[in-house]
Amino acid sequence: MKRGIPQIDKERCKGCGLCIANCPKNILQKTDDINGQGAYYTVCVDESQCIACGACALMCPDAAIEILQLAEAS
Amino acid sequence: MSTNTIPMYERPEGLADVRTHYCAGCGHGIIHKLLAEALDELEIREDTILIAPVGCSVLAYKYIDVDGLEAAHGRAPAVATGLKRALPDKMVISYQGDGDLLAIGAGETVHAANRGENITVIFVNNAIYGMTGGQMAPTTMAGQKTLTSPAGRNSADVGFPIRACELLDTLEAPAYIERVSVHNPGAVRKTKKAITKALRYQKEGRGYSFVEVLSMCPTNWGVDPVKGAEWVKDAMVPWYPLKKFRDRPADGDGGQEKQAS
Amino acid sequence: MGEKMLMKGNEAMAEAAVIAGCRHYFAYPITPQNEVPAYMARRMPEVGGTFLQAESELAAISMVMGAAAGGVRAMTSSSSPGIALKQEGLSYLAGAELPCVVVNIMRGGPGLGGIAGAQGDYFQATRGGGNGDYRTIVLAPGSAQELADFTIDAFDLADEYRTPVMILADGYLGQVSEPVVLPEATGKSFDKPWAVTGAKGRPKNTVASLRLVPENALEQHNLNLQKKYEQITERVRRYEADRVEDADWVIVAYGTAARIAGKAVDRLRADGVKVGLFRPLSLWPFPDRELRAVAEGARRILTVEMSLGQMVEDVRLAINGAVDVDFHGRAGGAVPALDDIIGRIKSYEHEYHTHVRAS
Repeated sequence: MKRGIPQIDKERCKGCGLCIANCPKNILQKTDDINGQGAYYTVCVDESQCIACGACALMCPDAAIEILQLAEAS
Repeated sequence: MSTNTIPMYERPEGLADVRTHYCAGCGHGIIHKLLAEALDELEIREDTILIAPVGCSVLAYKYIDVDGLEAAHGRAPAVATGLKRALPDKMVISYQGDGDLLAIGAGETVHAANRGENITVIFVNNAIYGMTGGQMAPTTMAGQKTLTSPAGRNSADVGFPIRACELLDTLEAPAYIERVSVHNPGAVRKTKKAITKALRYQKEGRGYSFVEVLSMCPTNWGVDPVKGAEWVKDAMVPWYPLKKFRDRPADGDGGQEKQAS
Repeated sequence: MGEKMLMKGNEAMAEAAVIAGCRHYFAYPITPQNEVPAYMARRMPEVGGTFLQAESELAAISMVMGAAAGGVRAMTSSSSPGIALKQEGLSYLAGAELPCVVVNIMRGGPGLGGIAGAQGDYFQATRGGGNGDYRTIVLAPGSAQELADFTIDAFDLADEYRTPVMILADGYLGQVSEPVVLPEATGKSFDKPWAVTGAKGRPKNTVASLRLVPENALEQHNLNLQKKYEQITERVRRYEADRVEDADWVIVAYGTAARIAGKAVDRLRADGVKVGLFRPLSLWPFPDRELRAVAEGARRILTVEMSLGQMVEDVRLAINGAVDVDFHGRAGGAVPALDDIIGRIKSYEHEYHTHVRAS
């Protein structure tokens, strides 16, 4: 099973929610905090569940999400 | 705890490090990202000129690190023709929206395709005129409410939405025509493949490529981005089928290098 | 000096474009300049250039824009109704500071009008038919030879100033077959570091007329364009003054109207009338100072046009009330008659001498 860490650039995020809607593990959520542009940005609330599927990065219209894949721990 | 990580996805280098003016959830952002990825992967960014339309993406060249050229509304395929004939070894991309491609530019669209110009046309279809505030487009769905069809598009009066891929598919010359969408990750993946293929075909001199991308316009549709993506799937895709209309290079028929003049 | 050949104006101009190094020509058929695309369709492939018959004049000027943006010499030709379609493109080209040559072989208007030569597009050419504060250099040849010579010049001017240059001729000049010695290339070449050729080893270029940020970007751009136009106004002032030094009456005319006016000057001089011809060769910039200097020595100016009065406004502006300016014109493809011009000048003579005798 792949595992990963989604890295969301909070300043690039416009809070569109497309990543949230498409995350198969439902680990993305909008915060109550606003970034410098006034958008409620999205964060990952449980990285341990990330399966590095890439859906969030694919959907993001602002390329605000990069994904690190965890190497298999041997 | 092992913290060995490898980058699985990184922001494409070809995307300029600026905040776009696009609304949250706008399809342009996704498509620009895919285009930048494709330019990087094919290593053609330094040979590319992006022709921007008049529309929300009028500043497209600000967001992708390539030479940029403006065109009058609808004339991008003609501008692309002139540029490609002048610089046949460079990559020329015409990036257009509904009004640009199918209304004011319908003539230029058809004729550049008909001549089989060795260019790549990316058509962003969001069934509305975004930049000017949400007027009816040639691609607006029957019954869809817009600023200039406040009671909903009345097809008996103003006709039905135009299907660009099908229209161009009647022409002999085009090499590659496909309709894709960006409403969910699977669709986005297909869009990435189509754009990459279209650019590769241009690089190989295969002739005219056309990629239509069904896209969200949450602001002018009056819905949030997630609902917008659903509407693309539920309302647009049934009328605008996602399919590959032709792919001559893949089918091994045609794709002769475009002769100059 | 090359050999003299009998050439149609349209074709002499087309060949001159090839001599000037133009290898990209886009156009749509329209009378009376169809010889140009026909010639280019044959000739461009011979020199490894591109000829493309565009789907409309509208498309053709945008094709020129694309090619020009790529750094090559590009041209289109058309006639009045087609040039009307190109106004959008001309405004964009001027705003984006792109060089190109646009030829108008004028015909009668307005609208579809007629197919015979006319001079009804002076306003459109010199005042700019497109939107915004811009100018295009406008050259006015008066013969097949000048159609060729001015075309060579036009490409150099366009590249030097990064601006569209219009050659304003009429259907008669385009159609006439005359002896022409084809001009030689000037050999001038211009660097185009601004061209969109792919950003290899350099920062990316953007060629556009749109200037949204910062807030004053568009005004600043316009001021820069104005500076350029002022420079052009100082340096590109073309005209021919024939027998004006002692003239009581000066005729001002360009193109075919000037050829007829020139004949009128010959006949009148033979009759002892002191008359001369001032022929602007650039209509923008208009040789206003030079005309004013010539006019001040005269008693009256007669402007003759194949229109109902367009250049005459520039003549009046230039002369600024110093001398009376009269007008004679024909429209819709009709050509001013030699006898009418002679008659008009003779009427001034009669009026002047009668007046003097009476006083």
